[in-house]
Amino acid sequence: MSTIRCDIVSAEDEIFHGNVTLVVATGEMGELGIAPRHAPLITRLKPGYVRVTLENGDSQEFYVSGGILEVQPQVVSVLADTAMRAKDLDEAAAKAAKDEAERALANRAPDMDLAEAQAKLAEAVAQLQALERLRKTLKH
Amino acid sequence: MAGGREIKTKIKSVQNTRKVTRALEMVSASKIRKAQERMKSSRPYARLIRQLIGHIREANTDYSHPFLTARQEVRRVGYIIVSSDRGLAGGLNSQLFRRVVADMRQWQAQGVEIDLVTIGQKSTAFFRRLKVNLLGSVTHLGERPQLEQLIGIMTTMLDGYGEERLDRVMLCYNDFINTMVQKPTLDQLLPLPEVQALTSTSHEWDYLYEPDAETVLGQVLTRYVESLVYQAVLENLASEHAARMVAMKSASDNANKLIDELNLRYNKARQAAITQEISEIVGGAAAV
Repeated sequence: MSTIRCDIVSAEDEIFHGNVTLVVATGEMGELGIAPRHAPLITRLKPGYVRVTLENGDSQEFYVSGGILEVQPQVVSVLADTAMRAKDLDEAAAKAAKDEAERALANRAPDMDLAEAQAKLAEAVAQLQALERLRKTLKH
Repeated sequence: MAGGREIKTKIKSVQNTRKVTRALEMVSASKIRKAQERMKSSRPYARLIRQLIGHIREANTDYSHPFLTARQEVRRVGYIIVSSDRGLAGGLNSQLFRRVVADMRQWQAQGVEIDLVTIGQKSTAFFRRLKVNLLGSVTHLGERPQLEQLIGIMTTMLDGYGEERLDRVMLCYNDFINTMVQKPTLDQLLPLPEVQALTSTSHEWDYLYEPDAETVLGQVLTRYVESLVYQAVLENLASEHAARMVAMKSASDNANKLIDELNLRYNKARQAAITQEISEIVGGAAAV
């Protein structure tokens, strides 16, 4: 039985690679079954399972929360998203990041923060060391 | 006895400090390895996506995406600044910030405005003191940063660029070269410098696109940019641990030197005291 190479990767990790006889995934336009010698294709994936059938007939399933599927003559690649992605979800995340920044800005007012205090401390220590050295040279 | 006891307590306190720096050094040494592995495992994605971009562009030379076209006039620049959450890492963060600030000054001198987002507590603390427009920040990514944690700030920047509020986006991080060397790096993220197409063989076929080439290319490019930022975060994490290990190693060495010196002083003081005692006894005996 003929096979095709299949790579499933996410930004964080390599999830699967090997020779398979069939890849089944949920494309944006519907379910897809990719067998060897499929026409070259690119599609976006919907959240769902990607199932691969190995040479020995075993099958493995991987959950993806979206991504891109690419079919080339010799290889099928799945670029999986690990996080749920949607316009409104992304915008909510952007808003959370903005809130975090605003919180950091609001905290600026009352007392010195640690980083600032550390910088001042380093400065004071350097001054002390200089004084010490000066005292030593004066003594001799 | 000239401060024998005082010297002894000082030795103790330096020894305690050495214990801490040794422990930190060893913790960082083991974390570097893990961070490097994580860097390695994120590479296949970047490689495949570069390949994909190369293929699509080869097939659709007439279509160009905003991410790929440079704009004539630059009015506002965005910075994504990657830093560590914790200090005690030598000059790692401050060197990067110095380079970034120098770069910002150049733009500001030309009347260009600046927006930025920060990753990590150190950069948030540093840049909030400067007069810049902080649009977002994310901290506490931990030892296993996930792309998911970065979506917020990346959306801010990518949308800003897409909607032409920003004309250029820079990515600033510490590039991990090896354990001893980390390089503060400013990369232009958007518009994308020519993506190195990894096409091995020229091919005569084109893809079937679902839904269409533009949409797919848009998403692929967005994911590519995101993976670049994610990789920068991983590089910076490895750099952080390497810098901390080196800094803590030199701190331990300094502590050793200090302890040796203090020991010598302690022994001298002890001997002086004994000599004095003997001479007192001898003097006393002669007097009897």
